Amino acid sequence: MQALYAQLLVGLINGSFYALLSLGLAVIFGMLNIINFAHGAVYMMGAFCAYFLLNIAGLGYWWALIIAPIVVGIFGMILERTMLQWLSGLDHVYGLLLTFGIALIIQGIFQNYFGSSGLPYQIPDALRGGMNLGFMFLPVYRGWVVVFSLVVCLATWFLIEKTQLGAYLRAATENPTLVRAFGINVPRMITLTYGLGVGLAALAGVLSAPINQVRPLMGADLIIVVFAVVVIGGMGSIMGSIITGFALGVIEGLTKYFYPEASNTVVFVLMVLVLLVKPTGLTGRAA
Amino acid sequence: MKNRISALLLGTALTFASVGLALAQDKTAKIGALSDQSGLYSDLGGPGSTLAAQMAVEDSGLLAKGWKIDVISGDHQNKPDIGSTIARQWFDVDKVDIIVDVPNSGVALAVNNVVKEKNGVYINSGAATSDLTNAQCTPNTVHWTYDTYMLAHSTGQALVKSGGDTWFFLTADYAFGAALERDTTAVITANGGKVLGSVKHPLNTSDFSSFLLQAQSSKAKIIGLANAGGDTTNSIKQAAEFGIVSGGQKLAALLLFLTDVKAMGLDVAQGLNFTETFYWDMNDQTRAFSKRFSERSKGHAMPSMVQAGVYAGLRHYFKALEALGGNPHDGAKVVEKMKSIPTEDDLFGKGEIQPNGRAIHPAYLFEVKKPSESKGPWDFYKLVATVPADQAFTPLSESKCALLKK
Repeated sequence: MQALYAQLLVGLINGSFYALLSLGLAVIFGMLNIINFAHGAVYMMGAFCAYFLLNIAGLGYWWALIIAPIVVGIFGMILERTMLQWLSGLDHVYGLLLTFGIALIIQGIFQNYFGSSGLPYQIPDALRGGMNLGFMFLPVYRGWVVVFSLVVCLATWFLIEKTQLGAYLRAATENPTLVRAFGINVPRMITLTYGLGVGLAALAGVLSAPINQVRPLMGADLIIVVFAVVVIGGMGSIMGSIITGFALGVIEGLTKYFYPEASNTVVFVLMVLVLLVKPTGLTGRAA
Repeated sequence: MKNRISALLLGTALTFASVGLALAQDKTAKIGALSDQSGLYSDLGGPGSTLAAQMAVEDSGLLAKGWKIDVISGDHQNKPDIGSTIARQWFDVDKVDIIVDVPNSGVALAVNNVVKEKNGVYINSGAATSDLTNAQCTPNTVHWTYDTYMLAHSTGQALVKSGGDTWFFLTADYAFGAALERDTTAVITANGGKVLGSVKHPLNTSDFSSFLLQAQSSKAKIIGLANAGGDTTNSIKQAAEFGIVSGGQKLAALLLFLTDVKAMGLDVAQGLNFTETFYWDMNDQTRAFSKRFSERSKGHAMPSMVQAGVYAGLRHYFKALEALGGNPHDGAKVVEKMKSIPTEDDLFGKGEIQPNGRAIHPAYLFEVKKPSESKGPWDFYKLVATVPADQAFTPLSESKCALLKK
């Protein structure tokens, strides 16, 4: 039973990454109607950004948490301005193919310069060590990841669903022409939204840098699972993707305990089941 | 009618001509370096192995003697079906004579069958499974550098003898992990130890916390990592985080490469014991080779033992071709010649290729240095013990290779 509690907690930790990443995807899909396959690549760029900040500029983890999402977010906005904006109104497949291609290019460039084994990044001193919870040893850093990502997720949800700015955003997706008539710069809002989604992915990358190796393919391994999370939660649903992210982390953790060989596939089995029963996802609205 | 006859004659003549070509010895050879070029094993093999093959060609001196030798490379993407398709195409279309490297035991075993079917030469340096020279040995295969038996005996035995008598395995869920766990378990039980359990994780896993917790609650003294590459480095890194080593359990990285230590950093890797058969900083010859290698490698990396094995294996292959006076394009014949000449090179020292295809040479038990002991960017290991060539690998009496039962 103790082991089970431990696995639940570990699942929650992984769930935090799923939630942060799928949240960014959901924001981008919900607001821009783009299936952003470059999400894994920008997640990886976030981790690399943290590495560069430390080793070139001498700025540690805490700075990276702030600077990396901004830098990568700006990169995302440039992408949106120069390429993605021309695809608005076209079929989803175009956006998917473009972002997929961008992801392959970014990963290829990083792999060419940094190889595939990755680079070391240490846990910041303030978050080292761990505490004994009785049923398991919880590393302080992992606890921090859960709490921090939960706060970020809820803040994003609040920003989009409960504030004036969020209301503009949602209105702009529903009816861009009308919103423009009120004097709001819709294209700029869309660019900022893409930057926000990309920044969230980069933030997840910084969070994961001390746990996983900083590797060019770290995002490619994760992105497919995260897409399954988004599909299960319902494309474009903010709260849906947060909840599903955490829930699937837990389910995967339990699978690792009961039948580890299937831990890579359980998410996809669930995805198939959800698609069969409720094709719009658990919290999605019908199109 | 006349045209038909001449066409027939021409066809027959061509057929005879090509048969004649195939039988003749000539001074050409084509080498295929088949590896994981972009995935988790690409740093320990990959482009570096292709470079090692090119260096072997240049250093052999055969080019100056009028030989024409080409090196081509391919990416098997860690998929057995892709690996065997490339191998088949290389033999059928590209007329490749020899395939080298091939990390990933699953792919290596698949390619092993193709090479035998096509009567090519196969010098495997990248894969670990001892089955290549055991149950699945062929007259066309030479296994260089290392195998699961060697790793299990050197590292496993050293740890059990120093008191680590209870084990729990974290095993990569494919041919290699299974072979390594099997061979290590045999060593543990033979030395009076006990295996308390194991968990199989999928290849290329990024999060090991669930598996590490299971290992932790098993209370085993040693957690054996029967995995490789990124899987091993992630396990070690996360084990430190979960307080496994500070809690009194010890990690045994059964297979660890130079590139893995580089990726983890000495802070995390220090104190680990593991076995390799080549390290760049062993003697003047290895240092000289490694310096030349790193001047041309990506990121100026030092060679891994897999890449060193590609080089040494090919140098020996060229010796056999020279002794034969040309390339007969008959894999089994060349391998037979390779087995009849004792091996000696700058990187692995003196040894031989046994009748089952196993190249034997000394193995070294290393310990990773503390950050304070390291004097340079690649100064990572200190030597703990040397296992002589005749004790490092499977004794012929235990080998299940069919070639031995003549």
